[in-house]
Order: sequence, then C-alpha cells, then structure tokens
Amino acid sequence: MIHILLSRLRQGHRTIPYPGSLPALPERLRGRPIVDVSKCANISGANAIKDGCQLCVEVCPTEAINLREGAPQIDLGRCLFCPECEAVCPPGAIHYSGEHRLAARNREDLKVEGGAEYRLAKALDAELMRVFGRSLKLRVVSAGGCNGCEVDVNVLQTITWDLGRFGISYVASPRHADGLLICGPVTVNMEEALRITYDAIPAPKLVIAVGACAISGGPFYKQSEQLGGAASVVPVDLFIPGCPPHPLTILDGLLRLLGKLGTSA
Amino acid sequence: MSKYAFLPIVSGQSLPLSDIQESSLEDFRKAIIQGVHDGLRLVCFCADAELRLFAILAEDAAKQLRIGWTKLAQASFPSITPHCVQANLFEREIAEQFGILPQGHPWFKPMRFHASWAEGRDAWGRTTSPSPAVMDFFTVGGEEVHEVAVGPVHAGVIEPGHFRFQCHGETVLHLEIALGFQHRGIERALVGGPNILSLKHAETVSGDATIAHVWTYCRILEGLAGVRVPSRSEWVRGVALELERMANHVGDLGALAGDVGFLPTASFCGRIRGDWLNLTAAVCGSRLGRDWLKPGGLGFDLEPDLAKQLLPRMAKAWADTRDAIELLWGAASVMNRFEAAGHVDEAQAREIGLVGVAARACGIALDVRKDHPSGPYIDHPIEVSHAESGNVHSRAWVRWLELVESHRFLLEALEGLALAPGDPAPPPLPSLAPSSLCVALTEGWRGEVLHMAVTDSEGRFSRYKIVDPSFHNWFGVALAMRGEQISDFPICNKSFNLSYCGHDL
Repeated sequence: MIHILLSRLRQGHRTIPYPGSLPALPERLRGRPIVDVSKCANISGANAIKDGCQLCVEVCPTEAINLREGAPQIDLGRCLFCPECEAVCPPGAIHYSGEHRLAARNREDLKVEGGAEYRLAKALDAELMRVFGRSLKLRVVSAGGCNGCEVDVNVLQTITWDLGRFGISYVASPRHADGLLICGPVTVNMEEALRITYDAIPAPKLVIAVGACAISGGPFYKQSEQLGGAASVVPVDLFIPGCPPHPLTILDGLLRLLGKLGTSA
Repeated sequence: MSKYAFLPIVSGQSLPLSDIQESSLEDFRKAIIQGVHDGLRLVCFCADAELRLFAILAEDAAKQLRIGWTKLAQASFPSITPHCVQANLFEREIAEQFGILPQGHPWFKPMRFHASWAEGRDAWGRTTSPSPAVMDFFTVGGEEVHEVAVGPVHAGVIEPGHFRFQCHGETVLHLEIALGFQHRGIERALVGGPNILSLKHAETVSGDATIAHVWTYCRILEGLAGVRVPSRSEWVRGVALELERMANHVGDLGALAGDVGFLPTASFCGRIRGDWLNLTAAVCGSRLGRDWLKPGGLGFDLEPDLAKQLLPRMAKAWADTRDAIELLWGAASVMNRFEAAGHVDEAQAREIGLVGVAARACGIALDVRKDHPSGPYIDHPIEVSHAESGNVHSRAWVRWLELVESHRFLLEALEGLALAPGDPAPPPLPSLAPSSLCVALTEGWRGEVLHMAVTDSEGRFSRYKIVDPSFHNWFGVALAMRGEQISDFPICNKSFNLSYCGHDL
C-alpha cells in the first residue's frame, strides 16, 4: 500500500489544464495546412495559370487536392496529413501549420483554400444543447480502418485528458448512448452492424466521424470492400479530420460541438 | 542438397523467381509437413492468381528461411492441415482469395468473408456475397451447455470481431473466433503497385504497428530495387520500432492492470504510453510514426540535436514507466489474477505456430531481431526475453523484460545518434527487379511481421502477401480460454492484444 501511495506522489497530478491553456504539441506536428496563393506558381509564376503546375495534385495519395482557378484547394476530409504536397511545391505555396483545430459540421467546410477562412464546427442548436450540453454519452464503433484513430480516441479517457470532466464518456451499449463515434471507412462487412447500432440509439442522436477513413474512406477510398465513410450509412453531425487526428483535435471537435470553447480557444 | 527441398534464403533477400526451382505438388507438401515436423515454422503459405502456391518455412536456428513453390494443374490440392495445424488458416485464406480448394481440410470455412478474387471460382460454390461471421460454428452438445455470442460491436473502444463461446456454467469449453469485419482489401490494393498509395497501405495494415509494417514494406522495396540503406538511417529505424514497442507494451501492461481492477498502474500507464508516443511525434510529427520511414531511408531524420533533446525526455518517461509497472509485481491481488488465467502450454504453442510475446511467454525464445537480424540488430543485438508459464502473468512479464531491453537499445541508439551527423534524404528508388520475389521479416511489438512480394515482368507487384503476428496468434487466444471462466475473457484477450485489422487486411 505504501508503495502505491509513494508512486502516486511521484507520478503527481497530470491532467492538463486544457482548455484553460493549450498543451505543448510536437514541433513537427502537421496540423491544418495553409495555402498561400500568392506563392503558387499557377497564380504568380512566370508561367502562370494555363501551363498548370500539377505537382501537389500528382503526389497526393488520396486525391485530396484540386486546382481551383489554378490554386490548390485541399480537402481535409481526404487528407492524410503526409508531407508530400508541402515537400514537392517549389515555391512553398502549401505549408502545414501546427494548428490542431480541424473539426467541422459540414463536409464542404473541410476544404482549405488560400484566403478563405476555415469554418470550424459550430455548437449544437439550443434544443440539442439542452439535451446533450452537460452530458454526452458516446458509443464508439470501429468500422474498418487501421485502429489508429481508436488509439487516439481511447487516449482521451486517460488522466492526461480526462474526458469525463467535460461530461463526455464512452458507454458500453448503444441503448445508453446519445450518439455514435465512428472510426474507419465502414467496410462492407461492418455496414449491417453499424446500422443496427445506430438504430439502437434513442433519438435524438448525434454521429461523429473521426479520421480520414470515416470521412472519405481514407487510404482505402478506392477499395470496393468499403463504403467511403460513415456518411454512406448514417447522417454525420461532426467531421474530425486526420490520419489519425491528434487527441487534442478530437477533443477540440467534441467541445466545439457542445459549445464549451469560445472563439479564442 | 540438404534434407529440405526448399531453397534457403535470408530475410530481406530478393531473387529472380527462376532461381527458385519449382517443386512437384507432392514434394511441396512433403517439404512443409516434414519441415514443420522437424521444428521449422510455416511462416507464409499463399497462392497467387496464376494458381501458384508459395510456402516459406523459418529455420530459426540456422538464421534462414526456406522457400518453395509449385504450380497447381487445377484449383484444388490435398489439404496439409490434417498433418500440420499451422496450415489451417493459410489454407482457408488461399481458398477464400483464389477459390482453390484444400481437399480434406478438417475445419473448412471462410476466414474474412469476402467474395473470391478469382472470377467465377468460389471454394464454397457461393454465388452471392458472403455475410460476415455466418458459418457453422463448432458447438458442444448436452443439456447443460450453453452458447454465448459476443460482437462484432464490443463494449469498449475496440475493433470488431465475433466471439462464440461454448460454456458449461461459467466454464468455457471452447471459443471460436470469427473475424473479417475489418477487411478492407489491402493485399488486393497492393497488386499493381508500388504506387503513391502503397506506402499508406503498409502504414495502415495495423495502425498501432505502423513502424513494424512500414519497415518490412521498405525492406521489400529496397530488396527488389537493390538499394542499401545507410547504417545510420537503419539505426533511426530501430529507434522508431523500439519506441513503438515501448508505447504499446506500456499501454498493454496498464490495460492488464485495469482488467484486474488495479487502478494505480492502469491510470499511470495510460498517460505514460502517451509520453512514448509523443517521442515518436517529436521526430516525425505523428504519434503513430506515420511518414517517419520511407523506402530507401527516412522521411524524417533524427538529427544529432534532436537525439540530444530526446534523451532527457526519455529518461523521464522511463523513470515513470518503471515506477508504474514495478507496482504490479508487488501487488498480491494482481499476481493472483495474472497467474491463474490464460494458460497455453509450450507444446500447443509450437504446434499452432505462436509468435512474438505470446510465444516467448510459453518459453519459446523466438525473436526476429535475433533469429533473422537486419539493420541495427546485427551490430546492436538484443537479448530475447522469455518466460515459462504461458499464462497472463508470463505475457505481462515478457512485456516488462522487453521494455527493459528496448530501453537499453534506445539509450545506446540515441547516444550514438547524438554524435553521428545525419544522412542526406534518400534518392528516389530505382525500379524494382522484374519477375522476382522478396520476403522480409520484422519483430514488431506483437511479434513477427512478414511481407512477401512477387513482381511481374514489368517490376510491379503481381502478389503482395502480408502476415501480421495476429494471424498466427488468434488461435492462441481460443486455446487460452479453454477451461477458463468466461469472465476471464477480457484479461486473456488483453494479454495477447491482437490486431483485428492486421488479421483482416
């Protein structure tokens, strides 16, 4: 017993003070990419637009980048946050920032363009906020994918993050749940189980898609063994991009949905 | 010519297919059956679209592999499973993927529940797509016997799988595990590669073992392209692999503590695992090591300055790790539960071909890092950790011993890297050798990861085979549950902590 108490003293209090202050993130973390249109060769280069530099489009493994009037638009719903586009762009028009806030309410809002402001997730409407604002119980369904998102979804339950202090917890039965948190592209073999789990949750209910797979199929988007994400089976209320998203990105999304973060956090 | 007809090769070696002599079907079967009988392990057995069968035996004591192949005249062959249990799942996989029938297979059912890749040829004669986990389960008769079905959706943040228990009261007589819910077609997607998605597919075979699979994939490409990776880069890869082992073993020991209600270690380790993941993120930006390794070298270098910065961070994480985990061994309630659950004996473990932590916990001192060493493990060997009892305690204890050993390796590596200037970024890989075969093994934190690639006349993958350690070890979970209380399933399952997606591919 004395050893346990001594260990407790040594290990100390380790829950981070977030959202009061931000925890230190890895310096090399690839957060939200920023497109600087003025540096794009298609816009400003000597051989502007029509010749069409396609380098970023070509190296992207998941076709997350499209050129819109010459300038790259990055779909974070497909993006795996790999360094290829940033590395290949000679003038450096694409740059990954350390910005962890990525969650959005609409699929279309996940697109990053030069100049345009990124539309972060808005809080639930007043009625849903009344129902879920102080207590949100989620059933997690892993539906394909690589278990990477599950790792960082799980981490939120540790003492570092202590998800419970925000009134959010993962529950064992859909009957006890207010919503679904889905990881994975939804394999053909998980479609029925996902549907049944969704149906078993009493209304009103929320669906949260975590990771590139659950939003767009991720690296498996071409495979006929999967359906291309959670929205192919159930309506999605919150999209949290990443491969996998950093735990802070997931927590930010959940808190944003519940209106627990101001515009500054 | 030795007594085994198969050709000896080493992990990471690439050779033209024409160098491997084709065996007759009879010799091919005999070589496998005789080899496994003599203590070799069947580490890979697969088919391809041209009705060729490939088999790889590990001759660990000689630090080599033996490979053979045969071409079938028709889509069937006499099953090897009745003579060699290790062929069980491999043969079911061959049947499911290519519609090739292993005649006389004693437990012949699908394993991932997908349609056959060979058009118009289905081993079960099905014309519609299969439904997952719909099959004849092994059942036990008798009035007092009942069946418990669990999953695919479980009560936690965990991957999907279906578990069917045959119980007499609380006691489990038999457990049958039906997987395939995570099947997303990785092997099929790799055919025609490598392309820009292939590296991502290797990274996502099993996300918690990203480095183990990516390193194996890189070695396949480097073998086929004839590229040598600078030794410093290989050392950095070793750091990546051992950090992955630290994070996962710490997480597993914490989860095991949680499953027996010992909360101090459970809560400490949950956090400390993050500290190890964050060391990985400090190098490559991703906690799971995404994009750290790249065919030919590294995506992100661990420069001398960064190595210096990581040393004190690692010292802190290690002090916390020791403090949290040593509590376990002094807690009688924990020891009592760990020692009483989940026994697999050594003979069974050898027979079914267990690998990794689960095998070492049964007294089988098997470790790719020592038996088939490559890269940093040649000059910086690791000591193989093992225990004897084959129960939950042994699997926990082996993890602890491996943490100590990996920490020693990491310390030596980081101190070395702090003095050695970085390598330049790797040049693009030359094209792969055509009509060749390459096989590579890596000791991931769960155990042996094997990849095998066959290239076509253009140097593209015509077959890419992945064997995750979970493929070998799921049957071990079923054996560990025999005679146990069903309430001990969580702790038995956690003590193996196998990958569903690594099995389902």
